[in-house]
Amino acid sequence: MIGVIQFPGSCDERDALQACERVGQARMVWHEETELDRIDGVVVPGGFSYGDYLRAGAIARFSPAMEAVARFAAAGGPVLGICNGFQVLCEAGLLPGALLPNTGLRFVCRQVAIVAEGSDSPFTAELGQGERLSVPVKHMTGRFFAADDELDRLEDAGQIAFRYAQGDNPNGSARDVAGVTNEAGNVLGLMPHPEHAVDPLTGSDDGLALFRAFERQPAAA
Amino acid sequence: MTTRVPTPDAPQPGTPGRGAEDVPAAAHRELGLTDFEYERITELLGREPNGVELAMFSLLWSEHCAYKHSRKLLGRLPTEGERVVMGPGENAGAVDVGGGHAVAFKVESHNHPSAVEPFQGAATGVGGILRDVFAIGARPIAVLDSLRFGELSSERSRYLFEGVVAGIGHYGNSIGVPTVGGEVYFEAPYEHNCLVNAMCVGLARSDEMIRSAAAGTGNVLVLFGASTGRDGIGGASVLASAELEAGDDAKRPTVQIGDPFEESKLLECSLELLASGLLVSLQDLGAAGLTSSAGEMASKGGVGVEIDVRRVPLREADMEPFEIMVSESQERMLAVVRPEDTDAVIALCEKWQTGVAAIGTVTDTGAMRILDDREEVGNVPVSALVDECPLYDLKPEKPDGWMYRNAETLSMHVALHAGRSADPEDPSAVLTALLGSPNVGSKRWAFEQYDSIVGSRTVRRPEAADAAVLLLGESERAIGVSIDGNGRRVACDPYAGAVEAVLECAQNLACAGAEPLGLTNCLNFGNPEKPAVAWQLDRAVSGLADACVALRVPVVGGNVSLYNETEHGSIYPTPVVGMIGELPDPERVPGVGPRAGDRLVLVGPFAPSLAGSELAKLRGELAEGLPETDVASVAAAIAFAREQVRSGRMSAAHDVSEGGLAAALAEMAIAADAGIEADLDPLVELRGCSGETALFGEGPGGIVLAVDPGDAEGLIGDARRARVDALALGSASGDRLEISAAEREASVPVAAAARAWHSLAERMHSA
Repeated sequence: MIGVIQFPGSCDERDALQACERVGQARMVWHEETELDRIDGVVVPGGFSYGDYLRAGAIARFSPAMEAVARFAAAGGPVLGICNGFQVLCEAGLLPGALLPNTGLRFVCRQVAIVAEGSDSPFTAELGQGERLSVPVKHMTGRFFAADDELDRLEDAGQIAFRYAQGDNPNGSARDVAGVTNEAGNVLGLMPHPEHAVDPLTGSDDGLALFRAFERQPAAA
Repeated sequence: MTTRVPTPDAPQPGTPGRGAEDVPAAAHRELGLTDFEYERITELLGREPNGVELAMFSLLWSEHCAYKHSRKLLGRLPTEGERVVMGPGENAGAVDVGGGHAVAFKVESHNHPSAVEPFQGAATGVGGILRDVFAIGARPIAVLDSLRFGELSSERSRYLFEGVVAGIGHYGNSIGVPTVGGEVYFEAPYEHNCLVNAMCVGLARSDEMIRSAAAGTGNVLVLFGASTGRDGIGGASVLASAELEAGDDAKRPTVQIGDPFEESKLLECSLELLASGLLVSLQDLGAAGLTSSAGEMASKGGVGVEIDVRRVPLREADMEPFEIMVSESQERMLAVVRPEDTDAVIALCEKWQTGVAAIGTVTDTGAMRILDDREEVGNVPVSALVDECPLYDLKPEKPDGWMYRNAETLSMHVALHAGRSADPEDPSAVLTALLGSPNVGSKRWAFEQYDSIVGSRTVRRPEAADAAVLLLGESERAIGVSIDGNGRRVACDPYAGAVEAVLECAQNLACAGAEPLGLTNCLNFGNPEKPAVAWQLDRAVSGLADACVALRVPVVGGNVSLYNETEHGSIYPTPVVGMIGELPDPERVPGVGPRAGDRLVLVGPFAPSLAGSELAKLRGELAEGLPETDVASVAAAIAFAREQVRSGRMSAAHDVSEGGLAAALAEMAIAADAGIEADLDPLVELRGCSGETALFGEGPGGIVLAVDPGDAEGLIGDARRARVDALALGSASGDRLEISAAEREASVPVAAAARAWHSLAERMHSA
């Protein structure tokens, strides 16, 4: 059972739930739930959380459900953070780096190409190094930032999961980084929306590969 | 007509106080009521109104709430149809889309607030229209916008455009409803009075929809959502019901502030309350706040209501009763609840962390009684407040000739997009200039700032097809949605222009294979007390009505925005039309760009004319008058094109609009990133027009279909049998646009055409 965390003000939680249901069973996890009962995978969805008036993801990280997600991740459970979910995971310290306002200072919604970097994450196991996916981005605060030595370290450790294809970086992210994992690889955060790339009719189904990881993953302790 | 708005920190003469003794003589004029209307109120009450009552009357009897100059005209619009589930009078209209589902939709204006404060004005416009749709139990699934600004060369227009787009994005993106389409025009008459119309589309189970009529003596009035503050006091209703004037920046406090997070919780909470069967009726709070919502709910149910203003959760404790009754604080809903369900309703609101309070009861008195902690501060018959506002007859008078200015800007556009040395008479330069005109060119700069995909329903994103295409889910069915209204053409001929707005919308749907189910509209006009504006309004409503009858599309709702004018004059009369169409197979929706090698066939009675065209505008040659349209033959062409698209054989479909056939073909080439060769001589011969008119002339009834060369003859034969004109014009090949007509030829590399067409971002950022 995949759990999709629902915060007040989430937007893409239904889309994430539908995407998960294409590969298995899924349910919403209300932000006040303190235990992830019988959950074997977690999606922290996109959109907004608690309005994000302070800073994207800054409040959500303190929610009871996120405390449970932190324990789940520490036990090796697979966690996928998409867009606002990526921001929340960075705020929670489960992923390296931070997301800053786009260099254009405007919200941007467009289809982009991202390239799998051959990380060890279960989420990218299906993808060969250099494989291109067509997925949309839609965000105002999506510029991935980390200090240069940190970026070097992430690259060396294989924690860069996705980069924007050349010329497709929509937000000024450092080194075109679109998605990163934690050291163990079981937590992935990315700004592009794989849950909006699960049906050719609505644009692309390249994002399904990420969700199929949940089915391969043994249940976390 | 001038109106001042009472503000709390700077009391105006005539600010209503607590009791009758506080009301200075002629206070009503300050609030926008005429002496005649004040006398009528006194008659209806049998006494002078006190301050609270006068404030309530002044708002509900404003143009914005009472439609006092337009209601009589609106009776002409056809509202009946087999598929209509909810018609005009409810928060939104709705049509049956099969499978037990209904699609609810409505368009509404937020023009004056946006002119005063573009970001919040536009944001709260979106918030308001979303509430209208979820108030009837439908989950909002899409927003579209129709925007009008002054010329892009004006700094103020760019400032308003930037702010409005950011405001729409801020609200729509944050609440998770995709903005899937819309239109923007830049015309000088909107310089001082921009238009911001937002349309929301929602999806509901037909048997779960709810109306707004209050019922059941003893039932409880529950106000939930945001707390009530002093923002927007007299906002939409007073600001929206008078001309804008210099110094209106001081009216910023009358513009409401939007909080999409609050609305997101309110939306989920409302839908969960409805799904739980806990509500008797539901209404959003919009213009005139609690007064309007409670008054309309009581009026529709034929009941009375009693409200204690001290039970309303407030942002500022010292608010006067009249302020609480007319505050336009956003993100609030009013529900009628059975007493035994009140605790459950409150519990559900608390789950969603949204404010809630039982503020009154439904009574059998037929009166709206206002208490301030048990002390009566107002008591008026609901019918007087809601239904007895005098309706006025317009005094239409056709103006002499063209009422608006003309300015030559073709040479500027040619220099900007085709180069300084280009000849403004050369069709290649003219085509490039037209593509660079912001009315014709891509609006990507704007729509990329909107989330167009949240909800996973968007099959065609903005500009990917002539209409937005949305999946309904739970079935293979989809809908097409479009919003249109070229005000300049309505200014040339209000009747023909309004007919064209309806036809254009239906043509856009046909290009996606969608058949119209219902229509909503927003009538944006100047001051109806002026005879020329009255004439425009009268003619335009007749045009809308006749076109809807011809296409058999019922009008299920609408909105009227009058007094869109300033000391600089009136806006172009702008009826904006939004349409929903049924689309059985979303897999077959073509795009705008044809497959390489496909033949291009123009179908329909399209008879190009430069009258009212983009080229006539750029040349500074606008004048009154548009050619007559044979609506029946356009309707036949629309039906034919729709069936062809539904067959799945078309690789592209695009209707001819601004910039004429040459611009339409250029847009198809740009979408395909490949060339098009076309010879328009068959059109020149059939219509007897000049080469230039064939290239750049505009008019309704032209749709370009792209079809495999092997199917082209069959398509033309089918058209002949359906008595629809069809002309083979050329094919998709090469990497240039080569379009000839009589002795004229436009020859432009597709890359250069695309550069001009995509120039909006550069023009927004370079200034």
